[in-house]
Amino acid sequence: MTNTPWLFDILQIAVLFILLTILAKFLGSYMAKVYQGERTVLSPLLIPLENLIYRLAGVDKDAEMDWKQYAQALLVFNGLGMILLFILLLLQGNFPLNPQKFSGFSWHLALNTAVSFITNTNWQAYSGESAAAYLTQVMGLAVQNFLSAATGMAIVIAFIRGLVRRTSETIGNFWLDLTRTVLYVLLPIAMIAAVVLVSQGVIQNFSGYKNVSLLQSTSYEKPKLDSDNNPIKDVNGNRVIEKIPVKEQTLPMGPVASQEAIKEFGTNGGGFFNANSAHPFENPTPFSNFFEILLILSIPASLTYAFGRMVGSPRQGWALYAAMLFLLLLAIGMQYWAEYHGNPLLSKMGVSGFNMEGKEVRFGLGGSVLFSTSTTATSCGAVNTMHDSLTPLGGMIPMVLILLGEVVFGGVGSGLYTMLAFVVIAVFIAGLMIGRTPEYLGKKIEVTEMWMSVITVLTAGVIVLLFVAIALITRAGISSIANPGPHGLSQVLYAFASAANNNGSAFAGLNANTVFYNLMTALAMLIGRFVPAIAILAMSGSLVKKKYVPPSVGTLPTDQIPFILWLLVVILIVGALTFFPALALGPLVEHLIMQGGI
Amino acid sequence: MKEIKRAVLFLITLSLLTGILYPVVVTVLARIIFPHQAAGSLIHKSDGTCIGSALIGQSFSGLGYFWSRPSATADFPYNPKASGGSNWGATNPDLLNRIKTNVAMLRSAGMDGSIPADLVTSSASGLDPHISLESAIIQIPRIAKERQLPQEKIYQLVQNYTENRQIGFLGNKRVNVLKLNLALDNL
Repeated sequence: MTNTPWLFDILQIAVLFILLTILAKFLGSYMAKVYQGERTVLSPLLIPLENLIYRLAGVDKDAEMDWKQYAQALLVFNGLGMILLFILLLLQGNFPLNPQKFSGFSWHLALNTAVSFITNTNWQAYSGESAAAYLTQVMGLAVQNFLSAATGMAIVIAFIRGLVRRTSETIGNFWLDLTRTVLYVLLPIAMIAAVVLVSQGVIQNFSGYKNVSLLQSTSYEKPKLDSDNNPIKDVNGNRVIEKIPVKEQTLPMGPVASQEAIKEFGTNGGGFFNANSAHPFENPTPFSNFFEILLILSIPASLTYAFGRMVGSPRQGWALYAAMLFLLLLAIGMQYWAEYHGNPLLSKMGVSGFNMEGKEVRFGLGGSVLFSTSTTATSCGAVNTMHDSLTPLGGMIPMVLILLGEVVFGGVGSGLYTMLAFVVIAVFIAGLMIGRTPEYLGKKIEVTEMWMSVITVLTAGVIVLLFVAIALITRAGISSIANPGPHGLSQVLYAFASAANNNGSAFAGLNANTVFYNLMTALAMLIGRFVPAIAILAMSGSLVKKKYVPPSVGTLPTDQIPFILWLLVVILIVGALTFFPALALGPLVEHLIMQGGI
Repeated sequence: MKEIKRAVLFLITLSLLTGILYPVVVTVLARIIFPHQAAGSLIHKSDGTCIGSALIGQSFSGLGYFWSRPSATADFPYNPKASGGSNWGATNPDLLNRIKTNVAMLRSAGMDGSIPADLVTSSASGLDPHISLESAIIQIPRIAKERQLPQEKIYQLVQNYTENRQIGFLGNKRVNVLKLNLALDNL
């Protein structure tokens, strides 16, 4: 395209991560204050509201929970949220705020969607502009965008308390953590972010869809159907084609900005429209794109700093931030390289430039790659680029980022707690190698901690491989595949990777709205979310009882470069051993086919 | 049982805050501060009829208009009720055939030399309002011939309608096809 677009792209990447690092410190220390019950700038405004909520619900502000009570409250709250959303989706046809008169979802689609939004996955087997009423969007989906994000953050905070507190029983109060996350962190920032997005052109209204007449009328051809919807054939048995004039365009409307802001900020990712953040009404300008990427990364990045502050050593937080940033930059570089070189099969036809299928012109290559990697490194799953149409290696990068377990920043809360499970494993292995009792931040790592860490890290991988295998040996699984050859395998692998790791993006050509995929992905999302969540809370319950062991000469320093590198090695080895065979049969084979020419 | 009652109460209060208060406040603010954007950045002709949104692309096939990118939306190209991309992988024969057809169509319309990728590939939304600056420039000879206008005049128009990188470094140089074609009609 233009002579040196990559210079601008590098500048964009550099500016993004400088801003993110600064933001991580400020937002991180603000969040640490919120969770430790210290005063913040918003306290005068929010404390009365907070207290009112506790009074209404009958919660004692000073009551603490052990890990089982914490897990129970969390599960009950999420279970109820799921039931409510399921009912809303089933019955949306009977409710107001539905100008397009959309009818209710089928039971399996409603179940899949409800599970998807309470698990912070936002896998979408429906298309927003032709299925979801405004009431569903604001009172159902957007509400769970807030609550599922707050749930993830509450879990990681409860885990950090397990590391910080000594010889104690309790790890906090779920209701307080939940409420504070929504009131102090999510709502105020989402409100400002939504208005910023509107300034760029993201729509925000409750009007019905708008018909506009086109500047130039066009027409399209389609097979003529009889009254039973069967194609009519002429005497020779060929289908009769009719020409249908198109004089109008119907512009969808809706409260998009309010949803867009929390969708990115809570790493939810469920688009208001089918095209998600590629849709010009969701992401109209290069700046809105940049801003959305920053929103996606901001909480997961800031949580690393909040963690450091809460354990009393910001360096511990920066060490994790550095490990995450390193992996993300690596992924960005690799995908940029793959997409920049384009598709050799098109070059042969006289087409120049990088791979533009499934990309928007306004974002440029840098804006597309940054979004695609950031959304899969975190468990956001919003897309501004159709991942199905990335080059084979370019498309493998998001898949790998998801398969590593969403630890490269990861989802809000879930990214950090999964990363901390990897840290525990890394500390344990290192401890074995140097012959010392492994300990992390002054807490001994013993059998319970290892069990829970391994469960956290491996649950998603086991589901992915098992469910992909089931899909590939059943007719119901195979019949949804839209692309021939190794790319078909990639589509199924991506679907279950995305569901089990609660990402929600897709190789969207897969026809996922079938009973088989709706139920299988729903099950994958539930297990992938709540099994690690409970394991993490259980580990916290075990850690919180232990006494503090002061560091000695033999203690492994976990805030220095050798340990960061070691942590990266552990993450990559676990990921590679689990998934290399599947990746070799999907994207890698397709890459060779593309290079060789068909 | 007590915990279930508590969960119900939290679900209700937090739903009211995030599901009603939040979208209403954002809608009111958007309406007051950015009414044009909040309503969809609609473009009106001089006689007041609405002919589309500055953000949503339209399909053009006339020789005297700049052509948009191909679109994979269902039923017909640039159907905003069915946003989405082709979702075809890089080696999918359907993709390669479609691009071959698109290239042949551009060649038969007199375009030679290498063709910028965006002009023969479908966008992620299927509603991309833009083409790259190169894709606009390469179409100028055809439009000049059809409209019997000097090429320089159209080139000047394209320059006027080129959107630069935002804040100097974000995104790509591009042209909004609908706006440009409207301006062409008003020449």
